[in-house]
Amino acid sequence: MPTMNLLQAINNALDIAMAEDEKVICFGEDVGIFGGVFRATSNLQGKYGRARCFNTPLVEQGIIGFANGLAAQGSVPVAEIQFADYIFPAFDQIVNEAAKFRYRSGDLFNVGGLTIRTPYGGGIHGGLYHSQSPEAYFAHTPGVKIVVPRNPYQAKGLLLAAIRDADPVIFFEPKRLYRASVGEVPEEDYQLPIGEAEVLKEGTDITLVGWGAQMEVIDKAVALAEEAGFSCEVIDLRSISPWDTETVVESVLKTGRLLITHEAPLTGGFAGEIAATIQERCFLYLESPIARVTGLDTPFPLSLEKEYMPDHLKIFEAIRQSVEF
Amino acid sequence: MTTQYTHEPAFLTGDEYSIPTFSLLGPDGQLYPGAQAPELERDQARRIYRSMLATRILDERMLAAQRQGRLSFYMQCTGEEAAVIGAAAALDDADMIMAQYREQGALVYRGFSFDEFMNQLFGNELDYGKGRQMPVHYGSRKLHYMTISSPLATQIPQATGYAYGQKLAGDGQCTLTFFGEGAASEGDFHAALNMAAVHEVPVIFFCRNNGYAISTPAVEQFAADGIAPRAFGYRMHVIRVDGNDILAVYQATQKARRIAVENNKPVLIEAMTYRSAAHSSSDDPSGYRLKKEEEEWREKDPVLRMKNWMLNQSWWSEEEEKQLQESLRQEVLETMKRAQKRPAPALDTLVSDVYAEITPALQRQFDQLKTHIRKYPDAYPRGAQSLDPDVSVSTIDQGES
Repeated sequence: MPTMNLLQAINNALDIAMAEDEKVICFGEDVGIFGGVFRATSNLQGKYGRARCFNTPLVEQGIIGFANGLAAQGSVPVAEIQFADYIFPAFDQIVNEAAKFRYRSGDLFNVGGLTIRTPYGGGIHGGLYHSQSPEAYFAHTPGVKIVVPRNPYQAKGLLLAAIRDADPVIFFEPKRLYRASVGEVPEEDYQLPIGEAEVLKEGTDITLVGWGAQMEVIDKAVALAEEAGFSCEVIDLRSISPWDTETVVESVLKTGRLLITHEAPLTGGFAGEIAATIQERCFLYLESPIARVTGLDTPFPLSLEKEYMPDHLKIFEAIRQSVEF
Repeated sequence: MTTQYTHEPAFLTGDEYSIPTFSLLGPDGQLYPGAQAPELERDQARRIYRSMLATRILDERMLAAQRQGRLSFYMQCTGEEAAVIGAAAALDDADMIMAQYREQGALVYRGFSFDEFMNQLFGNELDYGKGRQMPVHYGSRKLHYMTISSPLATQIPQATGYAYGQKLAGDGQCTLTFFGEGAASEGDFHAALNMAAVHEVPVIFFCRNNGYAISTPAVEQFAADGIAPRAFGYRMHVIRVDGNDILAVYQATQKARRIAVENNKPVLIEAMTYRSAAHSSSDDPSGYRLKKEEEEWREKDPVLRMKNWMLNQSWWSEEEEKQLQESLRQEVLETMKRAQKRPAPALDTLVSDVYAEITPALQRQFDQLKTHIRKYPDAYPRGAQSLDPDVSVSTIDQGES
């Protein structure tokens, strides 16, 4: 099985999707001959032509507006927003248009073909505007799906699923892991299910829930926790809209404790939604308060990024406090 | 980009360009001296005129129905029928139309029936939109008319994308998008025109410059000479046309369509017209514009102008006019009664179509809602009857939308 990094896995998924279906069209700022600032779309223009892989003017609201129209027409647009921090000019086209297209037309029209790819997250010394994790804004909008892969194998399988999904999908790519995460990826076409979490590790003392780049941080925290004698169950949600409530409920009914972690700020972050749902479903089984290990309620910092990040030590400490509550 | 050097610090203001207004038919329904009518068959002219009259009467009657409290909200196309129907008539019927919200004339022209209009206006079980949107948010897949959404200008870059797909499909179709001069201030407008020009997309941007964005006059919307000069900035074909002159609109749009489809070039059309009615049934223009101004524009009424031209051609008669008006009014009444009597959409349309398939979380919420409604059926008569047609509920608010 070939080894790929996360970018190569994404590039490979796009290549497969474009080869299979001529309606798949990739575009965004710098995605053409240059292959994107991170090179996720390398060689696609050369292979499939300028009509199917091209640069757009520098206008995010235009990119997603264009993509919505293209999807409504029956094409399968894969639009890139260069950094998730720059998705906000397109907020209206995502929240008021893409997410409501099927509903408002009574299913006469839909933009199910649409996939928005965008790199998110910190750890690259990107400061305020190259580090954000805006997934919770979109999770508040029924009608779009939100998928976040954690490694190359997932990135390929989930991206292919997103492109072929009947609903619009925002695909947040953990850019810190673009080159750092390397793993075996099957050469052939495969899909991973959207809306199904993956239990990465079974344990009995506490359930740890995360997605995307944060799974690597959870792994490190688990190593410390196990040394200290705590048995952790680890769940990767893979998609936060929809999110696999049942898998988390089942786990918490067993462990009695839950910790959720994400890089985005605490207030209004998606951990709050998970915590609310789990206390509702598992109230009598909880042994300790549900813990959230997240970024601070500040803009994303630069010099003090390390202090801001919900790292493995913060997670380890929260595990200890939860188990020893 | 071409560079020409000068050694004088001379500024340009844009006033160097002056954009004329293309017009053929005067307010009296006579062609201007030297003007030539476009090629227009008698049957096509009659289809156009009947659509104009039908739109005018539908609007009159539905505004009255709103005033009587039978309808929650309404928006009229009045005064802009030539701009809207002239444009639609110049297209192929399979071209996509992505409208703003005041373009029901285009739907009338394409054959959307009064029953279909009424079902949407009353949000009943036959509404294609399943009663989810306010009145006038029509859509029709079979008539290639994209469902309206309230946010302004969002349809403009979507039209660019839709037309790009049509170009790749190679089916010889194009997209026309309507918007007002106010909506053209939105960022989406600029994004759309630039992308269309860069990517050579067969799309027609049709601006209805009707003078007002709710109460804001055009002079407070932009400093430039209208919307048309913006096309230069994007290197796009542009024409300004008398929007109350249907022959001019028709011919300009026909030519625009040829440029779009044959040369894969976008075109901007600015139709100079006037929103004779209020912005919507919730608006009262007497607070922001003069009666005199309204009267001056009434003299240029597009429906009357076309009627006079038709009479001059002997393609129409006063007798036919009277008959058609009567039958249209009758049809409005009958279809309105029918639509009003129909039940609301079933309760499950509350949660369907959010996603292609309902998610487990939403299903759970819906199950909880159903339990609650069954407990308090009187408080939710529509939902309760939808769940159980035999349930007796104290009131069904048929008139409310």
